[in-house]
Parts: sequence; C-alpha cells; structure tokens
Amino acid sequence: MDQLDALKSKYLTAVSAAADETTLEELRVSAVGKKGEVSLKMRELGKMTPEERQVAGPALNALKNEINSALSAKKAALADAALDERLKTEWLDVSMAGRPRRNGSIHPISQVTEEIVAIFASLGFSVAEGPQIENDYYNFDALNIAPEHPARQEHDTFYMHRDEADERPPHVLRTHTSPVQIRHLEKHGAPCRIICPGRVYRADYDQTHTPMFHQYEGMCIDKDISMANLKWTLEEFCRAFFQVDDIELRFRASHFPFTEPSAEVDIRCSWAGGQLKIGEGDDWMEILGSGMVHPKVLAAGGVDTDVYQGFAFGMGIDRLAMLKYGIPDLRAFFDSDLRWLRHYGFASLDAPNLHGGISR
Amino acid sequence: MKFTLSWLKEHLKTDASLDDILYALTDLGLEVEGVENPLDSLDAFTIGYVKQAEKHPDADKLNVCTVETDEGDLQIICGAPNARKGIYVVVAKPGTYIPGLDITIKVGKIRGVESYGMMASEREMELSDEHDGIIELAGEPAVGSKFTDYLKANRPETVDPVIEIAITPNRPDALGVRGVARDLAARGLGTLKARDLAAPIEAKFTSDLQVTIDDDTLDGCPVFTGRVIKGVKNGPSPAWLQAALKAIGLRPISFLVDVTNFFTYDQNRPLHVFDMDKVKGNLRIHRAKGGEVVTALDENEYTMSEGMMVISDDTGVESIAGVMGGLDTGCDENTVNVFVESAYWTPIQIAMTGRKLKINSDARYRFERGVDPAFTPIGLDHAVQMILDHAGGEASEMIVAGAVPNVSRSYTLDTDRVKSLVGMEISAEDQVKHLTDLGFVVEGDQAHVPSWRPDVLGSADLVEEVARVASLTKLVGVPLPRMTDGVPAPILTPMQRRETMARRTIAALGYNECVTYSFIDKASAEVFGGGSDAVKIGNPISADMSHMRPSLLPGLLQAAARNQARGIMDMALFEVGPVFHGGEPEEQELQATGILIGHTGPRDAHGARRAVDTFDAKADAEAVLAAIGAPDKLMVIQGAKPWWHPGRSGKLSLGPKNVMCAFGELHPKTIEAFDIKGPVVAFAIHLENPPMPKKKSTTRPALKISDLQAVDRDFAFVVDAEVAALTLLNAAKGADKALIVDATVFDVFGGEMAEKQMGEGKKSIAFTVKLQPKDTTFTDAEIEAVSAKIIDKVSKATGGVLRG
Repeated sequence: MDQLDALKSKYLTAVSAAADETTLEELRVSAVGKKGEVSLKMRELGKMTPEERQVAGPALNALKNEINSALSAKKAALADAALDERLKTEWLDVSMAGRPRRNGSIHPISQVTEEIVAIFASLGFSVAEGPQIENDYYNFDALNIAPEHPARQEHDTFYMHRDEADERPPHVLRTHTSPVQIRHLEKHGAPCRIICPGRVYRADYDQTHTPMFHQYEGMCIDKDISMANLKWTLEEFCRAFFQVDDIELRFRASHFPFTEPSAEVDIRCSWAGGQLKIGEGDDWMEILGSGMVHPKVLAAGGVDTDVYQGFAFGMGIDRLAMLKYGIPDLRAFFDSDLRWLRHYGFASLDAPNLHGGISR
Repeated sequence: MKFTLSWLKEHLKTDASLDDILYALTDLGLEVEGVENPLDSLDAFTIGYVKQAEKHPDADKLNVCTVETDEGDLQIICGAPNARKGIYVVVAKPGTYIPGLDITIKVGKIRGVESYGMMASEREMELSDEHDGIIELAGEPAVGSKFTDYLKANRPETVDPVIEIAITPNRPDALGVRGVARDLAARGLGTLKARDLAAPIEAKFTSDLQVTIDDDTLDGCPVFTGRVIKGVKNGPSPAWLQAALKAIGLRPISFLVDVTNFFTYDQNRPLHVFDMDKVKGNLRIHRAKGGEVVTALDENEYTMSEGMMVISDDTGVESIAGVMGGLDTGCDENTVNVFVESAYWTPIQIAMTGRKLKINSDARYRFERGVDPAFTPIGLDHAVQMILDHAGGEASEMIVAGAVPNVSRSYTLDTDRVKSLVGMEISAEDQVKHLTDLGFVVEGDQAHVPSWRPDVLGSADLVEEVARVASLTKLVGVPLPRMTDGVPAPILTPMQRRETMARRTIAALGYNECVTYSFIDKASAEVFGGGSDAVKIGNPISADMSHMRPSLLPGLLQAAARNQARGIMDMALFEVGPVFHGGEPEEQELQATGILIGHTGPRDAHGARRAVDTFDAKADAEAVLAAIGAPDKLMVIQGAKPWWHPGRSGKLSLGPKNVMCAFGELHPKTIEAFDIKGPVVAFAIHLENPPMPKKKSTTRPALKISDLQAVDRDFAFVVDAEVAALTLLNAAKGADKALIVDATVFDVFGGEMAEKQMGEGKKSIAFTVKLQPKDTTFTDAEIEAVSAKIIDKVSKATGGVLRG
C-alpha cells in the first residue's frame, strides 16, 4: 500500500505542477496509459490471492480515478488559463458607434388618424372613405348648400378645370369630408356609425392655413339619437384622445347648412405659461363643429327622416395633432423636413390601440 | 358685424352687464370675435385737484405740482403748458398703464425732483387726438373718484364698448343691430324697444318721377319703393351719428350718405339716395343687355353682363341694383333734392352679379343673404323721417313699383321632436315662448315665420331656434347605446388594413413618412405622365400647385431636393396616399411609394456604408408586397415607365397586365428635372392591385418538414450577357419539382474581365440548388441524376454551357 501512496503522491504532484497539455499527456501515459505504472500494477492483480485482490483492486481503481480526475481538472484549468490569456489580447473600443441602421418614422397625421380610429372603433364606428375630387352635388347640394348661397362662397373652393364642351358644373376638390356621409348613406343606408378621415382642400395659405389639410367627419344615424348622445360621444373622444379625465365641453349654437341644430364645441383649457392644458383653467378653445344631421341631408342620402335621425361632427386632424403633441406650425406638416419628420414622427411598430394606450 | 353697446341699447332695454351680453351673444350663435372696452383700459385713472404749482428749480417748462388725490397729496412734475393751480385733472398714479403711450407710470426723478405720477391728456388715454395740454375737467368733480365714472356721466360716447360678432350666413337679420337685440331679448336679457315712427310721413307733394320694373325683372326685384324729398340741406351728420359710424369703422361722409349706412347696420336695410337733379327722366329697373358701363360710387368702372339687374334713367344705366349706386347720380354737398330708394332684391341675383363684378359692398353682403322684404317700405320711411328731421325738406308720396312679396309660411312645431332631437327638457310652453320672442307667431302646432328670417325653411329650423334660445350649454351628455353587446367587432376594411400595414412596414424598413400636397406644378406632373387639363385646378393658389399629382414621386423628389438643400444627402422617404389619373372622382388610386438617395447610412468606422441601388428598392418593395399579402410568385418584367432608368428598373406583376409595383433607379433626366443630386432608387406600389385573399378560414395548411438533411449543389453556367438570372433559376427549379426546393444565384461574373475569359457577350452565373430528400437520404447516383437534369434544362433554356 505504501507503493500506491507513493505513486499517488508522485503523480498528483506532477499533475499539479504541469505547465502545459503535452506534459499532462505524458503524465497520463506514464500513469494510466496502457503501460503506465498504475496499469502495470493492475495487471498484477491476477497473480494475487482473492483476499489480496479484494483489498488491492478497489485501492488501485481509486488511485486510477483520482489521477484521471486530477488530469482532467488540470486540463480544464490550463484551457481556462490559455483562454484568459487570449481574451486579454481581444479588445474592442466599445465606445464606437454600432453599425448605422436607418430608423423610419410614421407621420403625425397617420398616427393621430389611427388614434382617432381606435377610439371610435370601440364605440362601433367604422371608417368610410370617399374621393377627393368630388362633384359639386356631393360636396355642396346634397349637403344643403345651394349654388349661390354665401355659405358656398365661404368655402374657398378649389374648382377643377372644365372643358367648354363639357356642360357639367366643374368638379371640386372636396372642401370637407362631409360628402362621404352622403356616399355612405346612399350605399349602406341607416342605421350607421362612421368616421371619415382624409385630405380636404381650401384655397387659403397663410400662417395658420394650408391649401390641403386633414379632417375627419363623424356620423351616427339611428332611431333615437340626440344631441345629448353627441355631447357624450365627443366628451368620451376628448377624454380618450387627450388622456385627461376631467374634460369639459361647451356647446354653442352655430350654423352649418348640413346640421340643424348646429353647435360649435369648445373645450375647457388653460394656456398658462404658453403650455396648453386640456380640462383645466378658464379658457375655452373651439375644437369642432357639430349638430344633428339636417333632414335634407338625410333625404339626399336616401334615409327615411320619419324614422331616423342622428348627429354629425367634424374636426381637424392636423389641429388635433398640433394640440396633443405641441407641434407649432401647420405648414411644417407638409414640408417633409427630415429633422421635423424624425422629431415629431412615431416609431413604425408603435401602432396606437386602446389596450396599450393611444398616446405616445 | 360691429356695433356699440349704446347702439344696442337703442333697441334693447336692458340692465345686463357687458359680460353677460357678450356671453349670451356667443352662446346664441352670434359669436363674439372681439370687444373694445375703453372702460377697461381707463379703470385706474382717477380725478385729482391741483392745489399748488411751482416752477421746477432746474427746468423752465416744468411745473412741480401738488395734486390732491384719493391717496392724499402727491407731488407730480408736469410739462403741460396748462398745468396750474386750481384745475381738476386726471391722475395716473404709479403702476397705472397709459394706453396712448404704451408705458406704465413709475415713481421717478425728473431733473432731480421726485414725481409720483402723471396728469394725462386726451391722447394719452386714447380719447381723442387732443394733446395740447392735460385734461381740465369742468365743474367740481369729486376728487379721488374714478375718471371712468366721470366719462360715463359726461361723455358716454367715449367709453362706449364696441362689440364685433361673426354672423353665420343663415342669419341676415343679425346683420342689423335690431336683429341682435331681438335675439338677446328672446334670451331674457331685456326687452326689445318699439321703433315705430311717431306719425306717418306726410306727403307734401306728388312726385313726377315714375318708377317701373320690367316684367322680366320682377323675379329679381319684386318691390321697389321710394320717396322724393325736396329742399334738403346736406352736410356733416350730427355728432351722435358720426360717433356711431366711426365706432364701427365707417367713415362719415355726408349726412345723406351716412343715413344709408346707418340703416344698413341698424336694421339690415340697405338704401340708396339719388340726387334728383342729376337723374334725367324716370327710373326703370331692368336687366342689362350687356356692355353697359357704369361708374359706381367706389369710382371704378364696371361693365354689365347680360341679365344683371340695373337701374336706369332716361340717359342710361345709373346704378348696379342692390350692389352699388352710380357716381353720376350720387349725393354731394350741394344736393338739395333727393330720391330715397328702398328695394327688395332677391339673393341669388345679387350674389351672381356681385361675384361676377367682384364688388364686396355692404349692400351686396346683405341682399345676397336676405333682407326683410316686408320692411322695405317701412325702412324707407324711417330713413325719410330721419332726413326730414335733420336735413329738412318736404317728402313726396311713396312711389311703389311691384309689390312686397308674400313670404309668409308656417311649419309644424312638434314639441316632442325638439326633445328627442336635442336631448334637453324644454317645456312646450318655453318652446312657444322662445319662438314668439323671436317674432314667430305660433297658432296651434303651426309656427309662422317672421319675414326677416329667410333661413327658416322647415320644422328642423324651429328646433334649432328653440335650442339656441334655450342654450345648448345646458345639454348633458347621454351615453351612446352600444351597437352590440360584448367585444366590438373589427371595423377596418381589408383595404384599410392593407394601407396601414404598408405604411408601417415601409417605416419599419427605415423610411420616414412624408405627407406632401396632392397638387404639384405642371412641369413636375408632366415628367410622370400627368399635367393634362383633366387634372388641372381651375383656380390654383399658385403655379406650384396647379395639377393633381399623377404619382407620389414628384412630391417626394421635391421633398428630397429641399432636404438636400439643407445638407441632408442620405435619405429614405415615403408616402402612402392618393394619386389622380384623371379629373373624375373614380380616377383616384391609392399608392405607396418610397425613394432612397445617397448611402445606406452615414460614414462609419465599420465600412458598412454603401451607395443605395436598385436591389435595395426591389427588396423593400418585395417586403411590403409580402406584408400586404400580395401573391408571392410575381412576374418580373424588365424596364418600367419612361421616367425610370431604362436598364435599371423593372416591374413586379401578376400576369403581364396586373402590375403590383415598379422599382429601380429613376431616369437621370427625371432627377435633373428636380435638381437632385442622384442617383435615386425608388419603388411605387399600387396598393389596390394585389387581389384580396379569398380564404375565410384562419387554419393554415399543415407544415410538412423532413427529418432528412437537405443537400446543396452549386452550378456555374456561361451564358449570353443578356440572359436573366430568373430564366436560369426557373429552368433549374423545373428540372425536378419534387426534389428541388430552392435555387438562388450567389455569383454573377460579367463585364470586360469575364468576356476576356469566356468570350465576347458572355457572363457566368453561379447558383446553388437545394435538394430535399423525401423518404431516404440521397445516393450519389440520385444526386448525379438530378444534377444532369438541371444542367440539361438550364442549357436548353438559356443556351449556356456548364462552366468547367
């Protein structure tokens, strides 16, 4: 047994001292290799008496295992040390920028339109669309705006060119999204709940007007819809859109040819310190026009006015975007200045929805 | 529409405060746009008494005054020549804002002597232009009292608030102060004062003047009334009339002219006064033949078109009826005999004439909105009486041509409907009262409309009137019933989802979304096949916005040019929006277009930057098409429309006709037209063209995957330079449709070097084919067999040979 202890001591010391894998391999061969010292000892087991073997066998096996373990532990330690050495040479200046990647963006008008759609979808409103070059019937007559009525002149309408041979009145660039109401009613009838977002056009260009801007129209027609429902709907919209719990709206009598009664709607707000705060303060800001759809308009859409009634309203999408996100200049919306697009734009995957929140 | 508070009170007996009146106006739909109230700006000024005045020790023209005020005696230095002991003055103490000087008074030292305020002149308080000295108040006003109280008692016209309201086109009656007063009275802010003449006008003589209306003109001028007044004395108007007109921004001219302006604003009753001595013969209201020239009161010449209504005397056209009178027969300082006209002109005729002649007069503005026809003769007599009162003279009998049109009508007032429409509890009694206060006559369920309300044309209008007077501020929101119980159904159409998907996919690919105008200049439109008369705007606001865009590219290229001018050279821009192929409503198409310019990114240390090229655009186009569910096997057609580079562009198409998109580099001439440093690569997707998927089931086909490893085999062919890679790949895939699951090109060797090796007009294409074993792994023989078939097919399809 002394011999075994001596062997153990010899090899464990040597393994521990080995400086590289070659030395380790040599030690393995000379200890537990086919002709290694431990292996040779094991061969001698055959010559032993069973009693001797019962003692020597397990001892030899234990020795062999111990040396093997030491060898593999040392091998791993050497590999680790070698890796550490290599890694010391592998160094990057991680303060450098990553590979450039282009970041796209969504225009505020698109984002805000989706916000509006998300809110109204939850109230059962679908999205209706219509053409932007419109005939004057849908843009005016069907909406109870007679040809020579001053209301028509006040629209700053863009007229399309009309060949002399063509006797129809010239088409117009729609001055509002209201023609979509008529087109929708003609096609789908009542009851209905729709919003109609889109581009509209007025011949006006100054600090606060652009010849093209965006509006959305809302319309709800059913058997028992009142102006009180309109007020609630607008309150709910403002609450959700501006993410303010205490919304206060004020209805003011007004006139639009296509609604009766008509109301302009103001929202309570504060401009203290040049910062708009919706729902507080003593100022009122006009945000939309609305009313109960005029019976003539319903009739133009083929709706039985003895059965159905409802409300309609219109708001500026660009204006809502400006108010909500603090964007100062309307004209910049259409200038496509990349610095502006990046600053006021929205991430591509940041689609607004009610469960995740519609504000960014 | 502007008026002063005192003018309003001529019609409205009220104790309501200015604020209450302003609030009610806006709430009634007569939106207050502005109010100028001198009482606000002069509130801090008080009355003082100069107890002592001594020469300033260091300044000849200054006086050191001791002024008794509500805050005790103050020392005030004053340079006014009339500053002296014993006068009552207006004092601005430190902290008071002086409107006429735009400064706030502070305690200061003037040449070494302290001054605790200022004594004000009229101009400094914007009361008048008077600035020769400080104000000296007559009598013995109470020292320390407010100067505004003094003004209210002694010079009320100077502190009369001026109110400006916006009038919607349906409310011509509110274009007269009386109409405004009537609304306020109905709201309960006072009572409408009677404004009847004390006695009928006495006809002192019978006029020789004949007035006739041609038969074909009666529809435009149903009634024309007038009186001749002899022996008037024209001159400046009385002070109250001048003040009233000045306050609302009108320049007093002479009494006879001012009277017409007064009634225009007072009762929405435009009038005209002819100088009788300049009228030759009789007056005839008729339609112009066309070509007649009139010099109007604005001293401009207007040429009449056929059908316009005019008033002529025996020598020709004198007046543009209902729009503007003529200069030749107008009144001046020497006028002594006049003919006062009050007529009713129908709105459409006046609107057409006014618009055609581009005359924006107060008369046109009112007639085209609708004046009260029944008031025509009454208004005449009010004006005549005012002239007789102030300018003297004698009036003739009333000359009447035509007859006052009967506009009486009534509509059913359904008081329940008011409640159901408005959603407010308004009692039937209140509804009737509101209408009655507005001048309606309610009999049973019929409401008779007053003659001054041409806008009321049905029962719905009655509802509006009731709600307006009752005040919509009382409206309380009531929840909208839900369409269905439970989870709301999706609401977007497949096309709307597609548009959103395209937009967000393109943005995810690194493009910045733009919204550009739908109209562009003609030259830019023409580059993209547009710019025809069909898409021309008849009245563009500028030449830059004259035609509807045929493509989203020109707007994006203009945007790119603007960004390049700002020094941004690398960009990826896109727009999703309509283009217009013609001038009809149905000729609008939704497209999604992106452009790439410059490099993939800024210069970087990794060498990642490279110039963008056609295949960037193609890859992005394919990504978008995949995202919107376009069929995945599209035909690739070499080349696109002429504004694309002829060699470096193509189309992805479903069959030869249904083009999904064009992509590639833009033609150098296109780039040049937009002054851009190119090249520009782009894609233009026709979002409406990919067919909508028909399947309704959400179940996907079962996934078939093999446990056996696929085998890749590479091939290289020498082919003619013009052979398309796709031809080669399609041939290879066709060799064994069961086993070959993919084939892609990994190298193309072309150009001069290649031709040297492989012969002129040749190139080499290397591709890899993926073979997927089905049941057992391939044997070498099987792979060889497939390879042989591939080589055979490709050779036949392209005429190429396997590269050794």
